[in-house]
Parts: sequence; structure tokens; C-alpha cells
Amino acid sequence: MIMNSLRKTLDKLKPHFIKGGKFAKLQSVFEGFEAFIFVSDKVTFKGSHIRDPLDLKRTMTVVIIALLPALLFGSYNTGLHHFRSIGTDPALFQAFWFGFLRILPLIIVSYVVGLGIEFIAAQIRGHEINEGYLVTGLLIPLIMPIDVPLWMLALAVAFSVILGKEVFGGTGMNVFNPALLARAFIFFSYPAWMTGDAVWTEGLTAGKNIIDGFSGATPLSLCAAGEVTKLPSFMEMVIGTIPGSIGETSAIAVLIGAVILILTGVGSWKIIVSVFAGGIVMGLLFNAIPANPYMELPFYYHLVMGGFAFGAVFMATDPVSGAQTEKGKWIYGFLIGFLSVLIRVLNPAYPEGVMLAILLMNVFAPLIDYYIVQSHIKKRLKRAKVALNTSIK
Amino acid sequence: MDGIAQKRLAGTVSPVMFGVKPIDFPGLIPKLEVKPGVEVLAGTPLFHDKLRPEIKFTSPVSGKIVSVERGDRRKMLEVVIERDGTGSVDFGKADTENISAGQIKGHLLESGLWPAIRQRPYHVVANPDDQPKSIFISCFDTAPLAPDYNFILENTSVSSFRTGISALSKLTRGKINLVLKGNGADNNIFDGIDGVEKSFFSGPHPAGNVGVHIHHLDPVNKGEVVWYINFQDVISIGRLFEEGIYRPEKIFAVTGSEVINPQYYSIMSGGAVTQIISGNVKAGGLRYISGNVLTGTNIGNQGFLGFYDSQITVIPEGNYHEFFGWAAPGLNKYSFSRTFLSSLIPKRSYKLDTNFHGGERAFVVTGQYEKVVPMDIFPMQLLKAIIAQDIDMMENLGIYEVAEEDFALCEFICPSKIEIQSVLRNGLDLMRKEMS
Repeated sequence: MIMNSLRKTLDKLKPHFIKGGKFAKLQSVFEGFEAFIFVSDKVTFKGSHIRDPLDLKRTMTVVIIALLPALLFGSYNTGLHHFRSIGTDPALFQAFWFGFLRILPLIIVSYVVGLGIEFIAAQIRGHEINEGYLVTGLLIPLIMPIDVPLWMLALAVAFSVILGKEVFGGTGMNVFNPALLARAFIFFSYPAWMTGDAVWTEGLTAGKNIIDGFSGATPLSLCAAGEVTKLPSFMEMVIGTIPGSIGETSAIAVLIGAVILILTGVGSWKIIVSVFAGGIVMGLLFNAIPANPYMELPFYYHLVMGGFAFGAVFMATDPVSGAQTEKGKWIYGFLIGFLSVLIRVLNPAYPEGVMLAILLMNVFAPLIDYYIVQSHIKKRLKRAKVALNTSIK
Repeated sequence: MDGIAQKRLAGTVSPVMFGVKPIDFPGLIPKLEVKPGVEVLAGTPLFHDKLRPEIKFTSPVSGKIVSVERGDRRKMLEVVIERDGTGSVDFGKADTENISAGQIKGHLLESGLWPAIRQRPYHVVANPDDQPKSIFISCFDTAPLAPDYNFILENTSVSSFRTGISALSKLTRGKINLVLKGNGADNNIFDGIDGVEKSFFSGPHPAGNVGVHIHHLDPVNKGEVVWYINFQDVISIGRLFEEGIYRPEKIFAVTGSEVINPQYYSIMSGGAVTQIISGNVKAGGLRYISGNVLTGTNIGNQGFLGFYDSQITVIPEGNYHEFFGWAAPGLNKYSFSRTFLSSLIPKRSYKLDTNFHGGERAFVVTGQYEKVVPMDIFPMQLLKAIIAQDIDMMENLGIYEVAEEDFALCEFICPSKIEIQSVLRNGLDLMRKEMS
């Protein structure tokens, strides 16, 4: 019923939005919404007569579903730390609801600003609206500290979508992962809001009603400050009841997402596995030459601290900014894991190495692919040469 | 997919209208030799290749030319013939053992059977002046609902097939590669075929594609040429030498979820589908395809069978809006990916339609194409090289080895809905132009 009347309304409105109609300037937006509600009735024209029902929308939806555990846990964790900071012990739902209401504005701002820019860009190009931002829009709030001001978030989103994506040609053409670019923007432009101990707990920057002795320090900043002994327990970090960016703290929630991505085949298991492998190898190397307490830290701690797991599962697997050849994915992932731990431990100025490692490898991904493709070409040329020699004989 | 043909030959169908379509031959510039109203025999040339006039395209039946259909910019689409009588041009019987390669070529060129031989690179009609390093014949088809060639051979003539092979073996100094499905036990019918190299392939589509066989047995490098020919055309060639006439009679599998009785029919190549489908299809908007669902041609319910095809597929059109279709759990949707609940249910058959399932996007997801191209080739990098018209890169990445059919599954699974077969054809045409 609703379906049919909705269909009728859309069909009635449609003429206004095509070329020559009253709202022709909004054609892309209209088509975007129409395609969101109804899969198009377009049929195959040439080439294959049948098409797989999987499209980019569904691909992106799978990633969003995979992100939900991290989002839900992030909500709970946000509430938990807020109440802890004012000295009360909240009920599960109370904490969750508090956190959810704090996160919601971030998500709304991220989507409104990001999608708004996408709509305009699509209309200028005369394309259909790309679905890429659906995932980016949720990723961005999840890698922000809870206390980040909304205007700053809006600015970061605009920066990453316009300069990180649209100038390169839109979804599918960007060099850097747009979500990480937004985080990097704030990290370098407003470092006070992305580092330190206060921003990770709701209300801590305002400093009202905070009980004495409460520290919102993340495990990474503790390590960077050399206070390895103050680290939360390994189990706490696995479960995620620690301060940190909204979605990154719980290794379990991220792992559930990883399972969804791998089972559906949407995320590259090769990248996820090799990032972890890279982190483990670097961690073991440090364990082998323990020059300071941070290097002594058991290697498996690195996998659950900070954004390592989140970055491996949701950021490194971005197919556009990552390596595109299958062999290249192994190298790409491994170096991300390796560099993440390296940056963390050896460079106290950047306690979170994952973001920088991934952005750095985004730059090198085409180079990795280039060498993989070149070796493939060499193999082909060799084959041609052998064929030539045998035919001459 | 629903609608595989029962192994039952329902008889011979003799359509009244026939069509020969220059568009079946990519890269061909046709030069017309007949006018509407002219009487022709089976084997009378209708048009020839403007660049290589010795390659002729002939009428499959005797009758009268009704019309020459043209499309945009007067591109010739089809020459339509109304069947009348049974006369055919006499090309003379010949013993393939005792005639020269030149004579065999002459026979094939005159009769209009030459275009059945195609070549890699470019996947076009073979150049008679070339010396192919080998010739391939794929004896099975793995495409959706494809006909069973063993069944076809049982119902035609093994001896014609043998004669055809014997004629072809004169055209190359290399091997004739007969590629069979599974193992020797399944293929007793081919036991009597000698003078060939038999290889065995198995697996899901595209394991039956000749491009895959060539890649693994005798890959095409720059400057090399490999020829290949469809299974049933070998039988037609045999018949040409045994009987002296051009009679491209083939056994077609009539398939698809919308066919009431999917089974096999014997019909002359180029015949109209009208008779076969009348009364044998379900109601609703339907797509009539000459060939399979991945690479076939949309011919409508009046159209003519394609030169290279041996299958007709009828599936429902997908011109409906689907409410939140991209978000539905998808229990009854077939997908190569594992993003639909249907992937939890083991093997079963699906009814697929022609819905596009989305809009065209830029390349985003990676690592998918490689799974459906069983060759040592980088499909996405090759496609990007084609789009960028980078000739060197296309050559380096192996464009000489591939044809549209090898990338058809990429097109099917592509979540960005890119017209991959068209992109590849453009690349092949561009390379052919640059290299000539």
C-alpha cells in the first residue's frame, strides 16, 4: 500500500526533475532518493543480459552493518566514561542512551555536510549520486573524540570530501581514505582536540563536576608518556571499556565487524590478516630489543590498543585508496601494521600510529600495484620470448 | 538458472524468414552483393568483407531477398531472406585427405563457412593469409543453460565432425586442440576422432570458453595467431566436403525460465525464432536472446538466430521498480557475492531477469574480477588501460588473449555496473586498427 502510493507520488513528481522541468537542478538529488527507495527499473541493454543484484549501495550497506557493533559499544562506552568521570556507576542502558544522544549530533553533522557536498558535486557532473559517503559518513564520527566541537567536525568533513575526494573526481578516484583525512585534518589543525587526556571523555574538556583523580588518558597516551604501568588490563582493552575515539576502543566489536566483512566478502581478508601480521612482527621485534618499557610491552597489546584493530578492519580495507592487486594487498596490509606499531613506539609526538601509517600507505599503494603489474608484464614478455625462440628452432 | 533444456530433440523446425546479420561479426565492414527481390540459393553470397573481399557471407537457404535492414548511419543490420525451394549452390564434393590447404580454404571462403573460423587476437573472423600456430575446438559449453555438445553430436553426424577436423588440420602446421569436459570416460563419443590433441578441462563457467583453453595450452603472444571454431560449425564444414553444399543446420537448445518446454530443436542457422517460441513461452514481458544470457544478442520475438550461436534463451524482462531492493535480505536472489541470504542455501536454481540492479558507478570494489577470470591476467588493470586508450599497456597486459566472452562474468558481477564487454570490444577494435 505505502509502496504503491509512494511509487505513484514519485512517478508524478518525476517530470519536474528531468531536463526542462521546474526543479531540473535537483535531478541528481531526486534520482538519488528515488534509487534509494526503489531499485531502478532499468534493464540491461547490451552485453550481459543478467546482472548480479549486488550493487554499490548494498556493498556499502554491508560495511555499515559491520560498523554497528562498534557504534553501539561506542555509545555505551561514552556514557560509561562520562558517568565514571562524575563519580557514578551507570546502568547499562543509562550509559548507552547517554552516549547515543551525544554521538547522534556528530553522525548527523557528518552526513548532512558530507552528503550535501556529494549531492552538489553529482549535480555539477551530471552523474548519479555515489554511495561512497554512506560509509565515510559513519566512519568519521567513530574515529573522533567525543568532545570534538560540531563546527570543527563539519569543517573536517568538508575538507576531506572536497579536497580529498571531489577534486580527484569523486568516489572511486580518491588517493586518500576520506575518513582518515578528516581525522588528520583535525589532528594537525586543532591538535588540542585530538590529543591529550581530556577530549576522550564526554564533558571532561568543560571540566564540570569531575571527581578528583579521574584521568581520561588513553592507553596510547599513557604509553607515550612512559607510564606503561598505568595501562588498563589486557581484557579491559579487548572489551573496550577504555577511553579512546568513539568506535575504536572495543576489539570485540571491531572483530564482529571484521567477521561480517570477511564472510560477505566485502572487505579483503588479505588486508585485514596482513595488517595484524605486520603489527605482530613489529611488536615482536621490539620485544626482542626492549630498550624502554614501551618496547617491552607484549606485542599482542598493540593489536587491541588505540585504533589498530579498527584501522585494520575498516580503514585499510577501503578498496579505492588501498592496493588493488591481490599480491599488493598482502604487502600493503603488512606495511600498515608494521609502520603503525613503529610510529607508536618510536615517535612520542604521534601516539596514534595507525592513522598516519594508513595515510602513508595510501600514497604508496599505487606504487606497490605498479611493481606487481610490472612483474606480471615481465612474466608475459618472458613467455613471449620463449615462444619466439622455440618457433625459430 | 531455471530452464535447462531436456535432452530431447523435438524435431526439425523450418522457418520461412531468414536473416544474415553483419553485426554478428565485430569489426566487419560489409559490402552488399544482392538487392531486394533477387532470387538466391543456399550458398549464394549476400555480402563480403570490404577489406578482404575473398571472405564471403552466404545465404543459408534458397529463396528471395526481402529487404536489407539498416540502422543508424546506414549501418547494415541484417539481410532478410524468404525461404522458397531447396536449391543450393554446388561447391563440389571433395576428399579432405587428398586436397591441398589452398583448396580447402577456397571451399570454405566460397561457401560462406570461412567466417566460422575466428582468431585470437581480437576475436574476429580469421585472416585466410595467416598461419595459425594451432587451432582450438571447445567441445563443451559451460555458460548458463548451455547446450550439451555430446548430446548434439549423438544426434548429428560423427563422421561429418571427423571430416571437418580433417579439413581443418590442413590449415595449420601446429596442433588441432580438442578440449573436452571432465575426463576421457565421459567422452567415448570422441574416441574415433584422430589426429587431434585432446585436453580435459573442468569447473564452472568460463571453463568451457576457448579463450581459457588457449591461455592454458598455447597462449597467444604478440604477433602470434590462434584460430578456433565452434563445435557445430566443424560439422557444417564436414558436410560441405561430404555433400558439396552449404547447409548450416544446427541443433539449438531452447532454454530459459520462460520457455514452457525447454528442449532441443534442429534448425538452420539464421532462421527466425518465431516458430520455435510460438506457444512455447509463458506470458509477460520477455527477452529473447540468441545465445546465452551473458554474451547473447537481444533479438526480440521476430529476430534471427546468430551465426555463432547454438542456444536460444528466454528470460523475463526486469523492468520493475523494487521497493528497497538493495536492502532486502534476498532469499531468492542469485548473487556471486555472499551479501544475500540466498548464499546460505546450498546450490539451487534461480529465475533471473534483465533488471540492471543499480546504476553505473566508477570502479570501487577490487579483487572481484580476478575471481571469475581463470587466466593469469589482471582484468581491472587491463580494463583501465583500455579506458585510458593506453596501447602499450593493453598489449603488455595481454589484450591479445581475451574476448568479450571471457570478461562476461566480470560484467555480470560488477557492483559498479560497468559495461565491461563493450569496453573490451572498444579496446580490441582500437588495437586492431593500430596494429594494421
